[in-house]
Amino acid sequence: MQYNFDWKLVLSGEYLQWIIDGVVVTCQISALSLVLAMAIGTLIAVMRLSAVRPLVWFSAGFTEFFRNTPLLVQIFFWYFGSDAVLPAAVNQWLYKQNFEFAAGVIALAVYTAAFIAEEIRSGIFSIPRTQLEASRACGLTFLQAMRYVVLPQAFRIIVPPLISQALNLFKNSSLCMTIGVMELTYMARQIESYTFHGFEAFTVSTLIYLTISLLVSFSITQYNKYFLRTIKY
Amino acid sequence: MAMIEFHDVHKWYGEFHVLKGITQKVEKGEVLVICGPSGSGKSSFIRCLNRLEPIQKGQILLEGKSIHDKSVDVNELRTEVGIVFQQFNLYPHLSVLQNVTLAPTKVRKMPKAKAESIAMELLERVGIHDQARKYPVELSGGQQQRVAIARALAMQPKVMLFDEPTSALDPEMINEVLNAMKDLARAGMTMLCVTHEMGFAREVADRVVFMDGGKVIEEAPPDVFFSNPQHERTQAFLREIL
Ligand SMILES: Nc1ncnc2c1ncn2[C@@H]1O[C@H](COP(=O)(O)OP(=O)(O)OP(=O)(O)O)[C@@H](O)[C@H]1O
Ligand SMILES: [Mg+2]
Repeated sequence: MQYNFDWKLVLSGEYLQWIIDGVVVTCQISALSLVLAMAIGTLIAVMRLSAVRPLVWFSAGFTEFFRNTPLLVQIFFWYFGSDAVLPAAVNQWLYKQNFEFAAGVIALAVYTAAFIAEEIRSGIFSIPRTQLEASRACGLTFLQAMRYVVLPQAFRIIVPPLISQALNLFKNSSLCMTIGVMELTYMARQIESYTFHGFEAFTVSTLIYLTISLLVSFSITQYNKYFLRTIKY
Repeated sequence: MAMIEFHDVHKWYGEFHVLKGITQKVEKGEVLVICGPSGSGKSSFIRCLNRLEPIQKGQILLEGKSIHDKSVDVNELRTEVGIVFQQFNLYPHLSVLQNVTLAPTKVRKMPKAKAESIAMELLERVGIHDQARKYPVELSGGQQQRVAIARALAMQPKVMLFDEPTSALDPEMINEVLNAMKDLARAGMTMLCVTHEMGFAREVADRVVFMDGGKVIEEAPPDVFFSNPQHERTQAFLREIL
């Protein structure tokens, strides 16, 4: 049987609108998860660096657990498991909202936070101890030394790996189609089942993922060129 | 009253007894050169003075006052005792000028304009005011070390510590750093210098101290120290480095 390519079908009218809607949802779910993941990740990293034993254990457990189980399983866990874990009233409220979306955001945020926590921690560790020593020797307090000397350097080092984590998050968001979040991959799939033109739909969605990812990667390279050049010991 | 007094100072790293009873007096404006084999405790000795290292026994006085006294604020103490490290340890993310002004503006809360004009004077004194806007990575080792000296001087310390400031430098850059240190010595700064630059010791040291195994085993004015060392281990050490 001959497959008839019909790009126009996918790139106009209703189906184009579906793709655009999908891109919007993909960007929303990625952005929201990223903000949450940064907050949780920073918190976990700080706990891990603190001297308080239970916090260290908790954060270590958190990191290992969420980094070492499949994301798809975690998405199902939050989606199907929230009934069991969350109070009934919260579940009632969630069902009235966009429940799939919320479960997706939580799953992506928690999963990505585990990776981000590790990046932040290793960024701080990668600054030589002598930097802290040199600044303390000039009379800066510990917090001043962290704020003006250690963290600004750590941040410059962390930004590129954090951007890669953001990219992973963006690509991973496609897994949320499995719980019915109407993001880009879900929409491509939808077009395929309505039109049997899945090849075109998935080609277009692939190109969209690729373009956004490449743009972000390109900006990392530029960042490395211009901002990291002064950091040498 | 002496500027610095060490009274029977002992220090351990865990089980390892690194300083075994150091007693020393350094007068205001005096330049002390400390030498000795690797691992003899020279760095530990000077780093005790700004409390980068704690001590377990004995007493250290700065202008007659114990530096471990409860009333002494460690950050305040460190502004009075500047230190220059072997590896420079400049802040790589800050310009040369910002390296020098950071502590005065954050610790002393000095207005930025005033801190910068003081910093420029200090950079001029060590001969690198034309590099003020550059970043450390753009400077040679000798220039970086001179920035480190200016950074320490910016807090107007009463004492300056130098821990092998020229050991990490290419030979052709050693003199520019030693010259900056000599100027400082001649200007009356009290200095404790761990160095094996014997030319420097002969020229500006008031006293040379030889350490071995955590003890001071010989001390003398430089001419006597070099021409007539008493202790056998000092003689062996001098034969090796001269
Ligand atoms: N933080 C530390 N913990 C444990 N041991 C240490 C520590 N710092 C130094 N030491 C040990 O103490 C001894 C003396 O160290 P110190 O750095 O004071 O000697 P030094 O005379 O400055 O030697 P060098 O010429 O190599 O710089 C060395 O044997 C060293 O291994
Ligand atoms: Mg040393």
